[in-house]
Amino acid sequence: MHSMTHKTDWGVVVGRATGILVLVAGILLAAGLCTASQRSDNPVPNIFDPRSTPAESIRDHSYFVLAITSLIFLVVVTLLVYAVVKFRDKPLTAGREPAQVYGSTQIELAWTIIPVLIVFVLFLATARVIHAIEDARKPATAVEVTAIGHQFWWEYRYPALGVVTANELHVPVSDPAHPTPTFLKLLSADTDHSFWVPQLAGKTDLIPNRVNHTWIDPHQTGVYVGQCAQYCGTQHGKMLLRVSVDSPEEFAAWVQAQKQPANHDDKANAGRRVFETTACINCHAVGGTNGTGRFGPDLTHLMSRNTIAAGAALNTDENLRLWIQNPDAIKPGSLMPAMKLSDADLDALVRYLETLR
Amino acid sequence: MSAITTPFPETPATWKLPYRGKVGMACLIIAESAIFTIFVVAYLYYAGKSLTGPAPREVLETPIFFTVCLLSSSLTIHLASKLLERGRRGAFLALWFLTIVLGALFMYGTAREWHRLIYEHGLTISTNLFGTTYYSLVGLHATHVTVGLLMLTIVLLFGLAGRVVREQSARIDVLSMYWHFVDAVWVVVFTVVYVLGR
Amino acid sequence: MSSDAMAIHQGTDVGSRPWVETLHGWVTTVDHKRLGILYILYALLFLAVAGSEAMIIRIQLMYPHNSFVSPQVFNRIFTMHGTTMVFFVGIPVLFGLANYLVPLMIGARDMAFPRLNAFSFWLTALGGFLLYFSFLGGSGLYGAGNAPDVGWWAYAPLTSRAFSPGHSSDYWTISLLVAGFGSIGTAVNIIATILCMRCPGMKLSRLPLLAWLNLVVSGMVLIAITPLSAAQIMLCVDRYLGGHFFDTQAGGSATLWMHFFWIFGHPEVYILILPAFAVLSEVIPVFSRKPMFGYPVMVGATIAIGFISMSVWAHHMFSMGMSSYGNAFFVLTTMAIAVPTGIKIFNWLGTMWGGRIIFKTPMLFCIGFLFNFLIAGLTGIMLGSAAFNWQLTGSYFVVAHFHYTLSGSFLFGIFAAFYYWYPKIIGRMLSERLGKLHFWLFFIGFHLCFDLMHIPGLLGMARRIYTYEPGRGWDTLNLLVSIGAFIQGIATLIFVANLIISYFKGTKAGNDPWDAWTLEWSVSSPPPAYNFAVTPTVASRRPLWDLKHPEDPDSRYE
Repeated sequence: MHSMTHKTDWGVVVGRATGILVLVAGILLAAGLCTASQRSDNPVPNIFDPRSTPAESIRDHSYFVLAITSLIFLVVVTLLVYAVVKFRDKPLTAGREPAQVYGSTQIELAWTIIPVLIVFVLFLATARVIHAIEDARKPATAVEVTAIGHQFWWEYRYPALGVVTANELHVPVSDPAHPTPTFLKLLSADTDHSFWVPQLAGKTDLIPNRVNHTWIDPHQTGVYVGQCAQYCGTQHGKMLLRVSVDSPEEFAAWVQAQKQPANHDDKANAGRRVFETTACINCHAVGGTNGTGRFGPDLTHLMSRNTIAAGAALNTDENLRLWIQNPDAIKPGSLMPAMKLSDADLDALVRYLETLR
Repeated sequence: MSAITTPFPETPATWKLPYRGKVGMACLIIAESAIFTIFVVAYLYYAGKSLTGPAPREVLETPIFFTVCLLSSSLTIHLASKLLERGRRGAFLALWFLTIVLGALFMYGTAREWHRLIYEHGLTISTNLFGTTYYSLVGLHATHVTVGLLMLTIVLLFGLAGRVVREQSARIDVLSMYWHFVDAVWVVVFTVVYVLGR
Repeated sequence: MSSDAMAIHQGTDVGSRPWVETLHGWVTTVDHKRLGILYILYALLFLAVAGSEAMIIRIQLMYPHNSFVSPQVFNRIFTMHGTTMVFFVGIPVLFGLANYLVPLMIGARDMAFPRLNAFSFWLTALGGFLLYFSFLGGSGLYGAGNAPDVGWWAYAPLTSRAFSPGHSSDYWTISLLVAGFGSIGTAVNIIATILCMRCPGMKLSRLPLLAWLNLVVSGMVLIAITPLSAAQIMLCVDRYLGGHFFDTQAGGSATLWMHFFWIFGHPEVYILILPAFAVLSEVIPVFSRKPMFGYPVMVGATIAIGFISMSVWAHHMFSMGMSSYGNAFFVLTTMAIAVPTGIKIFNWLGTMWGGRIIFKTPMLFCIGFLFNFLIAGLTGIMLGSAAFNWQLTGSYFVVAHFHYTLSGSFLFGIFAAFYYWYPKIIGRMLSERLGKLHFWLFFIGFHLCFDLMHIPGLLGMARRIYTYEPGRGWDTLNLLVSIGAFIQGIATLIFVANLIISYFKGTKAGNDPWDAWTLEWSVSSPPPAYNFAVTPTVASRRPLWDLKHPEDPDSRYE
């Protein structure tokens, strides 16, 4: 066999260093991002910046797991680097076979028993957190929401409060002294989806013909973002989540506004006629009209939302117009059909929709 | 140009390894068992969960006679293969033929039952969960019986042409392993469908 | 062979045979070595295809709201990328290596069932071509459909007629069903070969570790691929016969598909990684100049992995709403499998310890494997911890994890195998210079790509999304990840160039270029069609060590 030159020895060390540097850089980058912004609109859904009990429990648990895995990493990598450096082929030993060792029962036992203990500890720690989150009992003060996943939007119903809305979830902030968590029942109207707002909780799937549950009790007001986390079809990528954690007063005001019947503005009669006499009503509902469709989002209080198309676009005049006329320009593959309205009808319709506050 | 001999104390007197036909068939049986297990799991999972349509206890009749036919065919094939080992080719052929007849009777029974279920009770594979799981599970088994019957018939034809001899009894054994497997699966399917699932 | 007779008739120069004859020879071959090469070439072809699909994905994700491809095309591409890599790169390459090496390593003439061997290969090949024909034929009568776009897990009810019109899902289902039968055939063959065709003296306790690992892999294939076949038959019943196995409208269960799929899916990933373990277990001892540390423990750990891997499947389903007891059970089994896996890593370290490590390219890839697989295993522990999993699953964190196990470990093992056995198969050495360039470039590209990929996952980036929102902290990271992917692509091209150049210009290898100890190194490179002129008899795990060191044979210590 050929003996080795020094160049390759250094090569290994350099390679090792590069790999570790990249890893460290990545960790630092992540750490930098972990010091999340203090703005109330939380744009970065960082799992290490939780604002709600389940997400916080997961974060604390993850630190424990990371500590153990980092320790294991350091130990094994040190041994690997040491072995590679210490036992490399040197000119002095070239051609001579080293001692042919076949094994060692004690060492095998050691590196079996220690991992078994680590496994046991990790299992117990995890089981505890699973139980704390999954088996949490729903207090009487909880807000109940039924979330129904659709291709490619979210339907929210508050059965006790008589509210039906879509895509933007409003929940009250939960004071640890008098908790008012939100418990969600998760259903699906078509394929599998998954509700994931990282700063509020771990994800739970919405599966047709199955009832799942999750809960959040956010401690800080603000808007939190997330998105569908189970591939559900063409526009899975733009089935975004937006949760507005409101102060108790804001939440009460929002509920009140949502419970109002649809705003009836006579100046928008032409538009309402367009809505009621075209295919819109097959899919959409607006209180007080003959539109009772449930395939698409309820539009009764459309203008109370910041975005349309499950977060794919801001709720502006142009976007509304574009969405109705050519949805593929915003969300190609969504199940909203291009309505093919005349310009006049489109104008009237949009003006009508903009009265639905 | 590659002879390797190593100097070592003892030479193995005999180096006897299993017959590869048997090992291969055993592996196939393991794989097929896994497939059947999944269908059985689906059947049991969906038992009682149909939203509409006929339920098992309303429409199923326990096929005792045809089950006896199939299970006896295991006995006849076992005897047949033992006879071939002893060189009794005529008796082997007779019992082999009897095995095929019994298997064919079982298939006839299945066909008769399906005809009754479809035309008298309106139960098809698309009727409800029971229909889907029943026809899939029993149908998968019936397919395996059919393939088995095909292979048995081919051997029968070779046998009638005088080409099946004592030296081939190992191969006949492999085929009868498959047939025993098919019968064993029927015991499971029968228990699941006609006893537990009702 | 008729072609040999013809050659003698025309003249003894085999090279002047008409190309049609050569092609015919390859297409009708039942020789395990040729079938092994066919499997490997097939896998390389699809590696290029699936790698290009990966590049398309990464180009689309370089910038938020990019429009390099439409969402429809993106969804087909990521589905095909995953399906191709698992079924038409991973499985063929592992069966190719097993086919080529196992008979040689056990002193046999060929596999137990040579014709079944050929049949299984062509079934797998057909499956791959059928899957790719979907690009042309997927539209069916309604003009809908194309290549499958349901993800490589094809979750129900997305695959039902209602949500997948046309034939795209049928191409997924049937091509994999066909390929699956091919895999089962090869697994049967490998088991029968190892149990029934070993040369005299080769008791199971003297079987090379590559053979042991392939024995366990084949056993796993028998009971892991078949659940997928069963589920696919059920899906066909649903789609074509109006069945309701996964029809949630009729009371069917979407989670039943999940269970069946992952009962296949999890053992499948161990089926993929165990052959890489096999390569390490052959290469590391030779390049550390020591026997494998703890051979019996390695065998035991392998069998343990085989068994335990059948019990962990629902860790892919932690977010689907199982009870806390169900989740806890699968946490326990998932953590448990870390024990035998860790034992293997320690044993490889133990083999290197006190040895004389030679840094040729095969060993570099093995060391890279150890580093990468350690990290992959640790992120696996994070994912196995169900609560942590609820944040990590369905995100780019898990995508990074499984690419660490596949690109960073499986592929590293396969590269090591190539550099180690190419001389045996072809008769020429691969270029060390190009090999080291390939290794370093790939290592750097891999880490740039997949280390950073963990972070968007931690910051909430879901997987299988054709684009993403700007301002969530994912933008720069995705760009860097794409650059890393590109670098890996270049490194792979260098590898392919090495394969081709060395075929013509590589130094002649001779029987035993690495001074190794298993039986395949006792025959010429490439081996003769009959493998061994005289069936060898062995007395230890390292028959060639005994031959080279008659004063200190292994047989004295085993």
